[in-house]
Amino acid sequence: MTDKTTPAGATAARKPAAAQKRRGWDRGALGRRLGALPTPVKVLLMALLVLLLYALPLLDLPILSTPDTDFGAVLFTVASYVLVALGLNVVLGYAGLLDLGYVGFYAVGAYTVAVLGSFQAQLSWWMLIPLAVIITTISGVLLGAPTLRVRGDYLAIVTLGFGEIIRLTALNSAWLGEARGITKIPRPPSLELFEIPNLSWDGFTAFVDLDNTTKFLVFGVADQAPYYWLALTLIFLVLGADRMLRLSRIGRAWEATREDEDAAELMGVPTFRFKLLAFATGAFIGGLSGALFASRQGFINPISFPLLLSILFLAAVVVGGAGNRWGVILGAAVVAYLPERFRGFEEWRLLVFGLALLLLANFRPQGLLPPRRTRRVQAVEEELDALEEGTARA
Amino acid sequence: MPETPTDGGPGTSTSSALLSLENVSLQFGGLKALDDVSFEVREGEILGLIGPNGAGKTTCFNVMTGVYHPTSGLVRFAGEPLGNRKRFAITRLGIARTFQNIRLFPNMTALENVLVGADAHHRTNVIDALLRTPRHRREEREGEQTAREVMRFMGLERRSDELARNLSYGEQRRLEIARAMATKPKLLCLDEPAAGFNPAEKAQLMNLIRRVRDSGLTVLLIEHDMGLVMGVSDRVTVLEFGRKIAEGVPADVRDDPAVIAAYLGTEADTEETA
Amino acid sequence: MSFLLNNIVELTVTGLVLGAVYGLVALGYTLVYGVLQLINFAHSEVWMYGSFAAVWVTVALGVAPGGPVLTAIGVLLLALLAAMTVSGGIALLLERVAYRRLLRLEAPKLVALISAIGASFFLAELMGLRDRVVDFFGLRDALDPFVRSARDNTRFLNPLETQGLFSIGRYTVSNVDVIIIVGAILMMVGLDQFIRRTRTGRGIRAVAQDSEAAALMGVNRDRVIRATFLVGGVMAGAAALLYLMRFGVTRWDAGFLLGVKAFTAAVLGGIGNVRGALLGGFVLGLAENYGSALVGSQWRDVVAFLLLVVILLFRPTGLLGESLGRARA
Repeated sequence: MTDKTTPAGATAARKPAAAQKRRGWDRGALGRRLGALPTPVKVLLMALLVLLLYALPLLDLPILSTPDTDFGAVLFTVASYVLVALGLNVVLGYAGLLDLGYVGFYAVGAYTVAVLGSFQAQLSWWMLIPLAVIITTISGVLLGAPTLRVRGDYLAIVTLGFGEIIRLTALNSAWLGEARGITKIPRPPSLELFEIPNLSWDGFTAFVDLDNTTKFLVFGVADQAPYYWLALTLIFLVLGADRMLRLSRIGRAWEATREDEDAAELMGVPTFRFKLLAFATGAFIGGLSGALFASRQGFINPISFPLLLSILFLAAVVVGGAGNRWGVILGAAVVAYLPERFRGFEEWRLLVFGLALLLLANFRPQGLLPPRRTRRVQAVEEELDALEEGTARA
Repeated sequence: MPETPTDGGPGTSTSSALLSLENVSLQFGGLKALDDVSFEVREGEILGLIGPNGAGKTTCFNVMTGVYHPTSGLVRFAGEPLGNRKRFAITRLGIARTFQNIRLFPNMTALENVLVGADAHHRTNVIDALLRTPRHRREEREGEQTAREVMRFMGLERRSDELARNLSYGEQRRLEIARAMATKPKLLCLDEPAAGFNPAEKAQLMNLIRRVRDSGLTVLLIEHDMGLVMGVSDRVTVLEFGRKIAEGVPADVRDDPAVIAAYLGTEADTEETA
Repeated sequence: MSFLLNNIVELTVTGLVLGAVYGLVALGYTLVYGVLQLINFAHSEVWMYGSFAAVWVTVALGVAPGGPVLTAIGVLLLALLAAMTVSGGIALLLERVAYRRLLRLEAPKLVALISAIGASFFLAELMGLRDRVVDFFGLRDALDPFVRSARDNTRFLNPLETQGLFSIGRYTVSNVDVIIIVGAILMMVGLDQFIRRTRTGRGIRAVAQDSEAAALMGVNRDRVIRATFLVGGVMAGAAALLYLMRFGVTRWDAGFLLGVKAFTAAVLGGIGNVRGALLGGFVLGLAENYGSALVGSQWRDVVAFLLLVVILLFRPTGLLGESLGRARA
């Protein structure tokens, strides 16, 4: 009786899903092998990796490098996407709040630097960055305090509106420069210490190019590498902080809230406060990257902050695997880098980008690097699937 | 065991009452979920709260834990009215609960689930966490210690790194109790903890509930299984259609004609299927 | 303020016209949300493709404004049919390509959202690059009138001449105004009846209320989901033609903002609530018009979003509440 009413489709539909999962390559293997290395080796490997990351703009590696745009500038773009994505990951990946207007925070940070550094006042760069971050964090709290009480799906549309309101306000307020935007935004103060030669490539052979050097540490217009280094340094700081929060009561409270808000509240978690904290933390990081963007760009106008940017940030987080900081970094790198790498295709790149998102979502729904949890659950599910299939065959 | 006046108003609450409901009513639109309910849970006892389906047992829990605020009447905990306290504040005050339908944090490990409970009294803020201050380290240490103790108590110490969703049904039920106990409550409210258990597991659970009480907690127990409730409770309160119809020691309640009329017919069914 | 009062009739009528379009597009969001609890981000592209279908019909038939009325109506009906067909088809395609697999996998909602975002980018860009696509296949000569200046505004020549019908105060209500408002209301009533009276409609309501229980009771969930997408798409197609009749121009990237507004309308009315969608659309259209009359039209979108925030704060389930499942009288 019950067998007849159960739709046959339900079981049939599950089978390909299970098969699909099993085909995925074992991501755990590499991690396990790395984990088994002795500590000094691990430290050494990490140091090398960090060094390599800092050296990237100088190496200008073939294949990786972007033929059509300055590689240093592309790396900066990637780095600022990574920074933004790390911030959004706190909101979305940890606390589970869908924020579709993250560009709003980015814009608030950028505009604070622009308005107070050039347009209405001429504060020093060292004042501007903390101010930008503080103001953005406050804006996050102001936005969150009323809206975090509404249900999750609605939060998405309210934040979407926030992003638009920020942009339109900038567009329509004389005090904020209207459509013309704001120029002469202060750059980070330079400190000329020494010069580093860049590598040049002839096919796949490298030679040191003594004429093409990067001045350490001059924040100019032509050479973008110093901005990239600054952004990279901030990424490492944010990553450290991210880890600290994650491994504390705060990270657990975020996660519990995401998993089951009512149960969390009844276990003594003041969920609203923690959601607000996640929002403020996200705003903090978003504002930081916006401030960085403005002081590299030297010029901003409302067109720099379209709604689409929010969507790209979101895509970065989800493509990488919300909740896993390494996945998010990878996702941001992919989202920022691919369109730049293939600028040759110019007009086709957004089309390809859309297609890539579609395919990624459908064929790697858990993200490129899912959080360790999803991975473990998957392993167990795969085992169960295998067992089921075994008994079915027997 | 001394009898208390069943319809005791505020004046009659004894010093040993840990939690008391005083003429509590709760109305949803036209529906009266609770109708002038008064009873108390005394310090150190196991009180069974029984009644047919829809009698308002879980609603009682929800009123006690701040999910609903009573339309009229008062809930006192340790002599103090709960008032409009938020849910998390009530938990910090010392009331912890489990859920009829298991509500763990499925994608967190068993240990992390319990740690969230232990965090209820922690005060670590962002600065503490970022700078790894002594407070943060002390609280992390204490939290983990509490969590591990509670898990050992519940027989879950070997499962601590497993995701909550991967635990067996019985383990999940026990993990919920562990999580609630980690909040260091004075009163532990268990909402049908034996649902879906076989007789052996039920016996184990009865044992466990007694041990929880012996460790100094007061226990309020909603349960369908008459055998279990009558076996473990010191006193029993019976609800029907949102009203209290009986109260007393298990033997008296069992023979109360009102209870038999209200309950026994449905009870026979549940016992057979369980 | 005085500007608002002096033009109150015109602002109201044009607000309702705009609101009718929002409402019809909002239906697509509301239906899909009611059934799947997903924000169908690509629904804006469904509307956009419908608008191009309508334009292409007029281009293909080579109509010019000012012809005989009967011809004009015939052309408009053809355009409506084309827009509905294309929009419905795109909606079905979306369901197939962007959603079905993820629904089967029971993937997180967020992933489905990303999938829809990808589809939305792809569809919009494809329309914006249609001249290149046509070049690629060497069909430029045959299709030039349809793909010319793909990145610019595409104009719709309304075969029906705008005529004043009657005046209220200083504003003359035109035939187009009436067609749009009445058309939208009729579509809404029809849809409402469809959902309440037909077998498919019952299925939609059942799945919206409890998808698993509905499946156990023999409702074919996949079919219901397809029907939901199709109905939402058809409504968006109708909205596309009505929009063109009033505003006369579409664009490959026009869907995005309209989509956001329509979604706002859906949330305003109570997402998942069919009648709420039209109400939300009207409220949003009016609020935008009055608001921009008060504080300047450059603040139009800000007014729309602020309204949304305020309503959500004080009435978090929208004006009529969320109830596709419990759509009772």
